[in-house]
Amino acid sequence: MGETVREIRAATPEIPVLVVSDGSTDHTVHVARHAGARVLALPIRLGVGGAMRAGFRYAVHNGYDAAVQVDADGQHDPKQVPALLDGLGPAEVVIGARFCEHEDGYRVRGPRRWAMVVLSKVLSRLTKTRLTDATSGFKATGGQALPLFAEHYPDEYLGDTVESLVIAARAGCAVTQVPTRMRPRRGGEPSHRPFKSAVYLGRAAMALALALIRRWDVTPVPAPSRGLRPAEEGVT
Amino acid sequence: MTDNNYLVALVGSVLILAGIVELLRRRQLKEKYAVLWLIVGVVLVVFTAFPALLTRIASALGVAVPTNLLFFVAILFLVGVVLHLSWEASRLENETRKLAEDVALLRLDLAELKRENETTTD
Repeated sequence: MGETVREIRAATPEIPVLVVSDGSTDHTVHVARHAGARVLALPIRLGVGGAMRAGFRYAVHNGYDAAVQVDADGQHDPKQVPALLDGLGPAEVVIGARFCEHEDGYRVRGPRRWAMVVLSKVLSRLTKTRLTDATSGFKATGGQALPLFAEHYPDEYLGDTVESLVIAARAGCAVTQVPTRMRPRRGGEPSHRPFKSAVYLGRAAMALALALIRRWDVTPVPAPSRGLRPAEEGVT
Repeated sequence: MTDNNYLVALVGSVLILAGIVELLRRRQLKEKYAVLWLIVGVVLVVFTAFPALLTRIASALGVAVPTNLLFFVAILFLVGVVLHLSWEASRLENETRKLAEDVALLRLDLAELKRENETTTD
């Protein structure tokens, strides 16, 4: 965790780092603060989406015009943050996609893979752009999408990836992707067990269906910009 | 129904009504639920006191077995209550989420203000 923060600060020294601690121990908060991050410590556990919205609200409150989310487990390479930010401007949400043209170590098989492919297909159509990896957690958010997410970011299962893109598309935000290389996680293993993957497939389908039928009262307001950009990460 | 059964049922439903009233008196039940449960309690007591009433309503509605009418209405009512409670729980979760975020944001603001204060007074 502390290592990830130091890495981000080394890669992008001019960008402030915000760590969202999702109801985790004081130790995590201390480590993150010691590594030079601002820490937003949630008093109770809200899940990934909850942590994300807290981060977006911080960004909007403090007048930032863009935010990049980076996972705490070291899976995302901070050196690619500038590439994500470069995509902002024409686009308002930039996804750092895995398994793109890059030859990377990230491979998924079975039901989980099918779910990811189907999700990417549906979301590509919805956002009118080619998305190969809609479930990536490595994203840059800017423009109208920032105040939109600060208000409407979902906190439900897969809401941080699937539903948030549906909301962005409904609000007319431009979405794009840039290829990124993933690294092995520092802590925590992704699950590849068949049963878990099948459950993932079912829940993903459910999340997508819900996201598509839900009514969203999305009328984003233009954000006051100050030109600074925080990188943020969700700790879960 | 034997006299004994009748008495047990009557005492039971009066106790339920008393329980509802007591919860209200101790302010453990919000006013918006109060009316609903008071009606339930009173209806329960009335039907236990006068079982013939249920039989007459059932035959008027064309329900052959009176208890089936009771079950039907009770299930419908309970499904409604559970659905309402799920809705309330979702709403409350959204509210706690917003509050938790606000607390975290305020705490960070405060920490930053304190740090600024310390550096200016030093």
